Amino acid sequence: MATVTEKVDRGAATHPDVRSYTEVNTDILAMLSRPGKWWWILFGLSVAGIGLLAFSWGNQLINGIGLSGLNTPVGWGAYITTFVFWVGIAHSGTLISAILFLFRARWRQSIYRAAEAMTVFAVMTAGLYPLIHLGRAWHAYWLFPYANQRMLWPNFRSPLVWDVFAVTTYFTVSSLFFLLGLIPDIAAARDQSKPGTLRKTFYTLTSFGWRGTDRQWHHFGKAYLFLAALATPLVLSVHSVVSWDFAMSIVPGWHATIFAPYFVAGAIFSGVAMVITLMIPIRKIFGLEKYLTVRHFDAMAKLILVTGLIVFYAYLNEFFMAWYSGEDPERRVFWERLFGHYWWATWIMLICNGIVPIMLWFKRVRHSIAALFVLTIFVNIGMWFERYVIIVTSLSTEYLPFAWGVYRPSVTEMGIVVGTFGWFFFWFLLFIRLLPPVALAELKEVLPPPMRPKSKQEEVAR
Amino acid sequence: MSTARKGVLASFEYLDSTVDSIKQLKAQGFDEITAFAPFPEHHIEHALGYADSPVRLFTLVGGLTGMATGLAFTTFTAMDWPLVTGGKPILSIPAFVIPTFEMTILFGALFTVVGVFWNMRIPDIRSQVVYDPEFSSGRFGVYVTAAPERFDEARQILEAHSPARLQDDPEAEAHG
Repeated sequence: MATVTEKVDRGAATHPDVRSYTEVNTDILAMLSRPGKWWWILFGLSVAGIGLLAFSWGNQLINGIGLSGLNTPVGWGAYITTFVFWVGIAHSGTLISAILFLFRARWRQSIYRAAEAMTVFAVMTAGLYPLIHLGRAWHAYWLFPYANQRMLWPNFRSPLVWDVFAVTTYFTVSSLFFLLGLIPDIAAARDQSKPGTLRKTFYTLTSFGWRGTDRQWHHFGKAYLFLAALATPLVLSVHSVVSWDFAMSIVPGWHATIFAPYFVAGAIFSGVAMVITLMIPIRKIFGLEKYLTVRHFDAMAKLILVTGLIVFYAYLNEFFMAWYSGEDPERRVFWERLFGHYWWATWIMLICNGIVPIMLWFKRVRHSIAALFVLTIFVNIGMWFERYVIIVTSLSTEYLPFAWGVYRPSVTEMGIVVGTFGWFFFWFLLFIRLLPPVALAELKEVLPPPMRPKSKQEEVAR
Repeated sequence: MSTARKGVLASFEYLDSTVDSIKQLKAQGFDEITAFAPFPEHHIEHALGYADSPVRLFTLVGGLTGMATGLAFTTFTAMDWPLVTGGKPILSIPAFVIPTFEMTILFGALFTVVGVFWNMRIPDIRSQVVYDPEFSSGRFGVYVTAAPERFDEARQILEAHSPARLQDDPEAEAHG
């Protein structure tokens, strides 16, 4: 009685070497139990990074924001650059988990959990920067609309207030999406951990008593779909709002309508690059070649190529529009970008984001893990410099030549920027040790289901 | 559910055994069935048949609440202390759309999560109900409760599909 007819190629193309559901659990959950030498080395480095962050920021809190290089006219520098950088990194996680989910792109299954985690931790890292940049971080709550004794409210016409709403909403929604998706997989970790251990208790509490009943899966699937549908416009809105922090002002080089799509494309560009940079060592250290195949990297590389072309087009368009506008200050800023004091930053940006990704047109590059690793690091560097160029060059050469000035990041700023990488990797490394970093249930969805072995008569009858 | 009912839980290695046993149970008039699976398996969903999940109402209500809150809040605060900034009108609706939009998404997502927890009946950390830890790994499960006089019949149907494991549940409380 063959009631279940199933196409044989259900998942054969995505994960040809994965044989059974149990194998998925064994392989992925093993990541939680054996950290290995490299994990400890990286964890040690990230803790050192947090130490650097604590020292630099602590120093700045005690001695004041004067320790940074920020001054008139450049009041936004490395802090805001790195804020935008991390918010941008966050975006690809939601792209892979929500947008590709809605598009039913099946290759996302083995990557999206780690990408989602990256999103949450990147927003956590980005969230530090407004606090750091405020100087007097203990007044951070002034950003939020609350009923104070003077009955003053924030100005909702200000893009900076929109940003507070966008980033806090983004953090909340992406965390919810991440944690909801984790519940069935934490339950799998619970079921396979030894009774009486601390891990068992932790997984029992965090899986909320999930049992995988048909009813639970039914509601879970619907909720997941709705959260994906909510996260999709959200992710596009967040970086648009971040871009409006700039574009709503009249600073030359910022006041452009192209900023929102340009920033969103740049965010996805840098984020996917960061996913690749993170996944390649994880794949190597934990031996996940079966699950993260060349096909996955190829698909992500194509995303980088597409968004990279959009970003490069936006760069060229900006230069063209500056010339075409006929506005002196606008033209000057773009001339200064190419040949002025910050020429090196601009050329790093153009080469890393515009020229280097062109290599991805070649299949051999997309299929070479080593080449992708190097290339994505170039993209990460280039995208940091993109924000640096946008922020610093525009502020340093605004309208009045009298008010021009030069900015250089101080040691404190560099310490904080490097330190927050430690903060990000600290959370990410803890995540791959504590929670299933590859989505077990969704991987099983694309594997061929186990069927009764055919009996002799049935074989003959066919 | 009367306490006189008894339940039985079968763990299957194969998807077709699972689906066939559910169909046979339903054909024989056993309606209190809960299936277990390591992932959302649509064949099982089809065999059981469902109404639409009420979670979508939570999402809708949440989104609308968020939108109303966002619009009301921005409007109220602008009217509460009318202060012209940048020569813009006191009620700058286009600017208020953005916080309103973010609140729509935020409330929609929060309500969805509350709705799904409510409907999935979790948190519920009961360890005493019958369960097979393999359900989160590679096995499928079929749990059925029946009145005592028909219980053996249900058990035989499950047994006929050669389950890997069969557990009796005299309390009949593992539905969910």
